[in-house]
Amino acid sequence: MKKDTFEPYNISDNDFEQCVKCTICTVYCPVVLVNPDYPGPKQAGPDGERLRLKNPDYFDEEALKLCLNCKRCEVACPSGVKIGDVIQAARIKYGTKRPTLRDAIMANTDLVGTMASAFAPIVNTTVALKPVRQIMDKVLKIDHHRIFPKYSGEKFETWYRKHAAAKQDGFKKCVSYFHGCYVNYNFPQLGKDLIKIMNAAGYGVKLLEKEKCCGVALISNGLVKQAARQARHNVRALQKSIVENGHPVVSTSSTCTFTIRDEYPHLLGVNNEDVREQTELATRFLFRLIDGEKLQLVFKKNYSARVAYHTPCHMEKLGWSIYSTSLLQMIPGLELMQLDSQCCGIAGTYGFKKENYETAQGVGQPLFTQIEEADVDCIATDCETCKWQIEMSTTAKVKNPVAILADALDIEATQALWQQQ
Amino acid sequence: MNTSKDYDVIIIGGGATGAGTARDCAMRGLSVLLVERHDLATGATGRNHGLLHSGARYAVTDHESASECIQENMILRRIASHCVEENDGLFITLPDDDIAFQSLFIDSCQKAGINAQAIDPDYARLIEPSVNPELIGAVKVPDGSVDPFRLALSNVLDAKIHNADLLTHHEVTGIIRKGDRVTGVELYDHQTRAKVSYHGKIVVNAAGIWGQHLAGLAGVTVNMFPAKGSLLIFGHRVNTMILNRCRKPANADILVPGDTICLIGTTSERIPYDEIDNMYVSTEDVDVLIREGMKLAPSLATTRVLRAYAGVRPLVAADDDPNGRNISRGIVLLDHQERDGLSGFITITGGKLMTYRLMAEWATDLVCRKLAVEKQCETADNPLPGSEKNDFSVKSATRKIYSGSRVVQMSAQDRHGTLASNIASSDMMDDAMVCECEGVSIGEVNYAIKELHVANLIDLRRRTRVGMGTCQGELCACRAAGLLGEALEETVQAKDDLANFLQERWKGMYPIAWGETLIESQFTSWIYEGIYGLKPENN
Repeated sequence: MKKDTFEPYNISDNDFEQCVKCTICTVYCPVVLVNPDYPGPKQAGPDGERLRLKNPDYFDEEALKLCLNCKRCEVACPSGVKIGDVIQAARIKYGTKRPTLRDAIMANTDLVGTMASAFAPIVNTTVALKPVRQIMDKVLKIDHHRIFPKYSGEKFETWYRKHAAAKQDGFKKCVSYFHGCYVNYNFPQLGKDLIKIMNAAGYGVKLLEKEKCCGVALISNGLVKQAARQARHNVRALQKSIVENGHPVVSTSSTCTFTIRDEYPHLLGVNNEDVREQTELATRFLFRLIDGEKLQLVFKKNYSARVAYHTPCHMEKLGWSIYSTSLLQMIPGLELMQLDSQCCGIAGTYGFKKENYETAQGVGQPLFTQIEEADVDCIATDCETCKWQIEMSTTAKVKNPVAILADALDIEATQALWQQQ
Repeated sequence: MNTSKDYDVIIIGGGATGAGTARDCAMRGLSVLLVERHDLATGATGRNHGLLHSGARYAVTDHESASECIQENMILRRIASHCVEENDGLFITLPDDDIAFQSLFIDSCQKAGINAQAIDPDYARLIEPSVNPELIGAVKVPDGSVDPFRLALSNVLDAKIHNADLLTHHEVTGIIRKGDRVTGVELYDHQTRAKVSYHGKIVVNAAGIWGQHLAGLAGVTVNMFPAKGSLLIFGHRVNTMILNRCRKPANADILVPGDTICLIGTTSERIPYDEIDNMYVSTEDVDVLIREGMKLAPSLATTRVLRAYAGVRPLVAADDDPNGRNISRGIVLLDHQERDGLSGFITITGGKLMTYRLMAEWATDLVCRKLAVEKQCETADNPLPGSEKNDFSVKSATRKIYSGSRVVQMSAQDRHGTLASNIASSDMMDDAMVCECEGVSIGEVNYAIKELHVANLIDLRRRTRVGMGTCQGELCACRAAGLLGEALEETVQAKDDLANFLQERWKGMYPIAWGETLIESQFTSWIYEGIYGLKPENN
């Protein structure tokens, strides 16, 4: 082996040796507080990694799968240890259990979404029925309290091709939209809202070439090979948009964005160097345009709303909630309240699993209480699974900041600003 | 303990040799007293690589040591399974080394009975991914890792099962003579600060490098050859197999995984005899160890260093070799009656950790001859306490009561073997962790305090690995001090004990105090000085 091609086999992956055992991560772990079976990020992460290197039998699948992968430990760590990555990487490396049928169903969002969309009215009615939920609880171990997000009869991609695609070529500037599974199968309206805003701002919106699910649910359910395959596919699609066509990529889902930017290289070993910087959340993209005085938005005069913003865990990790809240604060007539940054407990598919139901609700309880006590019209958040969890666990309505923005935006006035130039 | 009792044999030195001799003598039915000035395994026994030599390292230069090693290696796998890890070793040839040495090496190994097999460098990279990928040759040998603390302890435990008495923290201040006969020892008890005397028919000097001093107390001369060796401990295991250089033994050419860590060593430097109690690791030693270590496993360059330490090889001076490398590591048994006309006094020295059992056998054979006891040595056949074959497996029996206990129970089994079943683990309190890095529970600490001769926190560390992990006592020292203070009902001394413990940890961190280790020690001092109000005068 030649020296220049040699990369040292450095087991100090994810900087776990930088841990100085201060235990702050465990203090910030939402699971430790409510589930004593979870040893906490310090022990499951850097401490456990040392033991697993001594003997892989120290890998404790049952304990490690209690990790939400919220990455709040990483945000808290003063030494820059990627604790969440250490834990997830251990699950990938040492995990032996094959995903159950339930996990495979919940992880394969594209397959299930495509089928369910085709029979949306039947699926929506059926899975909402109490007896069906009881059966799913017993057979699939999907907790009966859970209400599945409704499937849309028409996929976002279908709608786009029919009603929006043609118009997008009329814009000088262009972005590509990573819509994600939620927009595609459950809630196309959010995608429509984004196109409305971007078009008003003077940007055409394209779709990526055959976008696939970002893979976050595949990773958390142990289907890593499939996740890596999808990641490689998506990175190629992103490269085509960003590198070849010069179209930056925006998304309306914090988790999709986070997965593409950080989990691809850290957990799946998929190199995204040339697309990472230009794959971002739509709110960040918009805010930075406005902040750089390259864009001005005009809002409706009569808009009025009281909104509380909930910071999803992956927004906390990205450090990006400031972009969404700053945008919201630009809307005259919108009164914004910031909820304490804490996990809602759902963590994607985690909270749907029967065995995690109590933990998930326990984790979210302080947030739910704060929401119920807040006197607001709606909750704003950038994550779709947070939305499901909060809507199931409280009386509040939850909207994506992009949806609120679309509501408050004066389309004609905004368009007029750049069309005059 | 009965000071008027006349022991058959008094053994000086709580290292592997002394502990092994106490076990052998006790198993042959002798009444035994083992005395140690500090704690078990505080000398060379606890200050080496923890390498279960196959003998390959000595095969070319010292055939006798090599064959002793491989025989004892196979015996220890049998009798001390919970102290030994059978992970095999590689002797690698790097581009700078002479590949011709390899065939001489393999021949010599085979002559000594060591199963040495040349393997393809690509295969070596596959089975040991940490190895320097530039290697041009590799030989696989039956090396292993051995935990010297566990080994010394289980020998002592077995001696006690066979009615031996043990006094730690008792320093020999005089050898009692009646004319040309040694009849006992004068001891200073460091804990009570009292002097006591014990009498015995035979006194065995198994004090390692300190044997020269003890021989002097008895009025005879034994010249030791103090050669200091320094080692570095890394934060986690980089390798799973032992890595050696396939060349004549030199500096820093062995990398051994041991429990949660791995260590590189050693250097070799002759030191004056009056410096043997003043072990420090110099900057030059650290540089050499890292520089040479990286040649075995390049990732050592980016791996956190936890500690540095040094020990003195108990070699017996024989020639004027300036660095002690070529001196024989053979066993030296001195019958001072024959040699010096002093009866009742025996010195067992030389040798190495690997041959401790054989040394003990030789010494005990001589003791038995002198006492006219005819009993065969059984130490090679009977497993040590903790290593008995047993259907009971902690792993299967206690698995998944609640998940927090998994680490604790596996770690306890690694450390104590079958004796781990004596550790209380009935509730969450017993299983709560004292030391999070090494998975030491409250139950294990209490077991060690009660059953394993623990007088202070440093002793507790040798029994349980408390404070041996990444944080070097930052989180566990105060918890352990609390439990120990409670058990010994000595809360006043507990504070000094805690300060001593932390000072001892710092001593090992000082030579390599940079990066995370420096941050960690600073953080530790904030906790102990800032929060707990520990002051310099506590030490």
